[in-house]
Amino acid sequence: MQTNFSPEQLADPHVAESETILRKCVHCGFCTATCPTYVVLGDELDSPRGRIYLIKDMLENGRAADSETVTHIDRCLSCLSCLTTCPSGVDYMHLVDHARAHIEKTYKRPFKDRLARSVIAATLPYPSRFRLALGAAGLARPLAGLLKRVPFLRTFGVMLDLAPSALPASRGAKPAVYAAKGTPRARVALLTGCAQPVLRPEINDAVIRLLTGQGVEVVVSAGEGCCGALVHHMGRDEEALKAARHNIDVWLKAAEEDGLDAIIITASGCGTTIKDYGHMLRLDPAYAEKAARVSALAKDVTEYIATLDLPEQGARNLTVAYHSACSMQHGQKITSAPKQLLKRAGFSVREPAEGHLCCGSAGTYNILQPEISAKLKARKVRNIEATKAEVIATGNIGCITQIAGGTEIPILHTVELLDWAYGGPKPAGL
Amino acid sequence: MPETIGFLKPRQAVLDRRREIVADLADLLPEGGLVSDERGLKPFETDAFIAYRRMPLAVVLPETTEQVAAVLKYCSRYGIPIVPRGAGTSLSGGAIPQEDAIVVGLSKMSRILDIDLFNRTATVQAGVTNLNISDAVSADGFFYAPDPSSQLACTIGGNIGMNSGGAHCLKYGVTTNNLLGVKMVLFDGTVIELGGKALDAPGYDLLGLVCGSEGQLGIVTEATVRLIAKPEGARPVLFGFASSESGGSCVADIIGSGIIPVAIEFMDKPAIEICEAFAQAGYPLDVEALLIVEVEGSEAEMDATLAGIIEIARRHGVMTIKESQSALEAALIWKGRKSAFGATGRIADYICMDGTVPLSQLSHVLRRTGEIVAGYGLRVANVFHAGDGNMHPLILYNINDPEEAARAEAAGNDILKLCVEAGGCLTGEHGVGIEKRDLMLYQYSRADLGQQMAARAAFDPQWLMNPSKVFPLEGRPAA
Repeated sequence: MQTNFSPEQLADPHVAESETILRKCVHCGFCTATCPTYVVLGDELDSPRGRIYLIKDMLENGRAADSETVTHIDRCLSCLSCLTTCPSGVDYMHLVDHARAHIEKTYKRPFKDRLARSVIAATLPYPSRFRLALGAAGLARPLAGLLKRVPFLRTFGVMLDLAPSALPASRGAKPAVYAAKGTPRARVALLTGCAQPVLRPEINDAVIRLLTGQGVEVVVSAGEGCCGALVHHMGRDEEALKAARHNIDVWLKAAEEDGLDAIIITASGCGTTIKDYGHMLRLDPAYAEKAARVSALAKDVTEYIATLDLPEQGARNLTVAYHSACSMQHGQKITSAPKQLLKRAGFSVREPAEGHLCCGSAGTYNILQPEISAKLKARKVRNIEATKAEVIATGNIGCITQIAGGTEIPILHTVELLDWAYGGPKPAGL
Repeated sequence: MPETIGFLKPRQAVLDRRREIVADLADLLPEGGLVSDERGLKPFETDAFIAYRRMPLAVVLPETTEQVAAVLKYCSRYGIPIVPRGAGTSLSGGAIPQEDAIVVGLSKMSRILDIDLFNRTATVQAGVTNLNISDAVSADGFFYAPDPSSQLACTIGGNIGMNSGGAHCLKYGVTTNNLLGVKMVLFDGTVIELGGKALDAPGYDLLGLVCGSEGQLGIVTEATVRLIAKPEGARPVLFGFASSESGGSCVADIIGSGIIPVAIEFMDKPAIEICEAFAQAGYPLDVEALLIVEVEGSEAEMDATLAGIIEIARRHGVMTIKESQSALEAALIWKGRKSAFGATGRIADYICMDGTVPLSQLSHVLRRTGEIVAGYGLRVANVFHAGDGNMHPLILYNINDPEEAARAEAAGNDILKLCVEAGGCLTGEHGVGIEKRDLMLYQYSRADLGQQMAARAAFDPQWLMNPSKVFPLEGRPAA
């Protein structure tokens, strides 16, 4: 596509990168077809091609973000389905990242939106605060309906709706070194995560049991924090980079102590971001190289387990619908490994139709865009239920929470099923 | 780039009433059905023919035929031009608006209304994508045959507007051969139905006239199309050649021998490299030209057809023959081919040509195309429906360099003239749009064109529908 930037504009490395990305787009329109919001809303402005054009116009004119542009960028799930579809290799991910940061810098959202976003950014990435907030939400739940009727407080009503009715008693895996059983074959760090251990501590327990059982030493580093994805997708660049630098320091310290073969991530949303640390910090001379090292070490848990060559297990009479999280299939391009692991572990795997479409969870999207999110959830659940599977497996806590809110079929992390198949306890809820 | 293709001068009376028009349109449409904000209009200023851009006055996104009718009725009363838009994938600028026009986008009309497997028909809204039709009936063993490379995204309404083709049209025909009926809205809001579920309808074949009329006779809102039973099996086979000429003459001989495979697609070396980079389909990279020949039917049928084709290919010195070994491999072969245009964006900007020539001229036109483009100091990649003689040279250039862009456009015009001189035509399936509009007099006599314009005027006496397209701006009858 033709671009129109002045040399002065291109002196900004972020603008220069966006220009290179825009130049690859030939406006063919393929991306529209697989974009969840275009499929649901039918407006090109809510498609990748429309958003690319809006971003291009905003950046070329060096303009502050306007409400029209913000509306349509905000509706983007960052599911990256367009990245899979695009034949020309347009790096939409980094273009929309730039646009979000530009919006955050130049656009003043209405007070209620700023408040909601600040509350989210100050709560979700911190397990203790998140746990406290969910506890309070349990008490406030009867108010959800009321809050949703007050436009100013609507977002908080939605949050109450999304909060689980009861929290697991367990606090999840503590910082420690979990020794390998038998002769150690590898040493990995495990990101325990921020929202996941509060909502589903069993996932990290399963990973530690499965990996140590296979001769892998697992390090849960003290002081690890949120990966930064949440604030990154809100355009809060500085906060995201701070989170990234912090984790890089923590993990590289563990690597220097006894070596690290991989950093294991159990939520694919976080994985996509950590694998992008190298890019996010490319302009930071003190961290560029370290960030690239961490990104290279980052592995989704199923991606890593696939390298362990686990033995084939006898068939279990259980049908599993595998839901591939967008961050898994589009963000990290991990498509067949989780399904193959499940099959090898003895499960009968079914693939729902429209598997490329997002379930509507998308980080904080189900809080900030509840209507579109609800439509996508209903569509996803319809497709999953059509498989008549007995259990759903996926690799992202966001999808687990979202889909669980729409169906009676139990939903587990892929690794919980694998752990069970390789000697762990039967997952609760099955 | 200095624009060489003009648009009609916007009607000042319409521009002056912009605010009022937008307010009136808002009353005719549901929430979310009107785009009038300047920022929001910008992404609608072009389609996939990106060298040309014009901002529209407003964009409407109706959800029903009645809403389309209300908008058209209103616009005809005030003399406001209309530009229909499906998915905006036109390579000839068919959906590019103009400053005084209302874009009627059909993207919200994307429901499948009826699937009648017993009579093998599907009735769908015009904004349904081409591939969605096949997807909806695939589990039952059927498909919708015309398959433009953009079938993932392009709409059936757009396909009807351009009478689109595709790789598999060699055997099954193009859109017009697979279209049974339409519901359409005329310029003044009148809703008519043409054709039906039967193969032919009594009276004039107006359906044939509407198919390929580029949104100038009305806006199709619903279509009934034929469904075809999937063959027992299908197998794409790759044939690699040492030169484009030998690949081209092989195609002519296959068709000349009476063998009609489902598809014969051609790629030259630059196109092979581009597509392989995206799809990793296993195309041979050591050949100058590649044919993808698909055969279908029972195993025995496929073997027999293939044996005949292989024998002909050997006579043309085929270097490699590679049969797809699995459904996945076959899917990748087609994914690479169908993504060719977009994938070209990895290396350059491009203009995609769409000339069609008699097969006997294929080798000659291929060679001359290379010479013409080289003469302008540019590169070309060829990827096209060889069995139909429907050529798609992609002229590679840098759109940010105005001088180079002008050369690319000039080379394109020379290639299209070459196709006409070789006994072919300007467009096989992409439509005339604005791209080939001014070359229409190279194809037709004034009398030929006059009759087409008379037919157009019978449907749209005010020339409000997609007015800057198809017919040269000079020599039009007074509206």
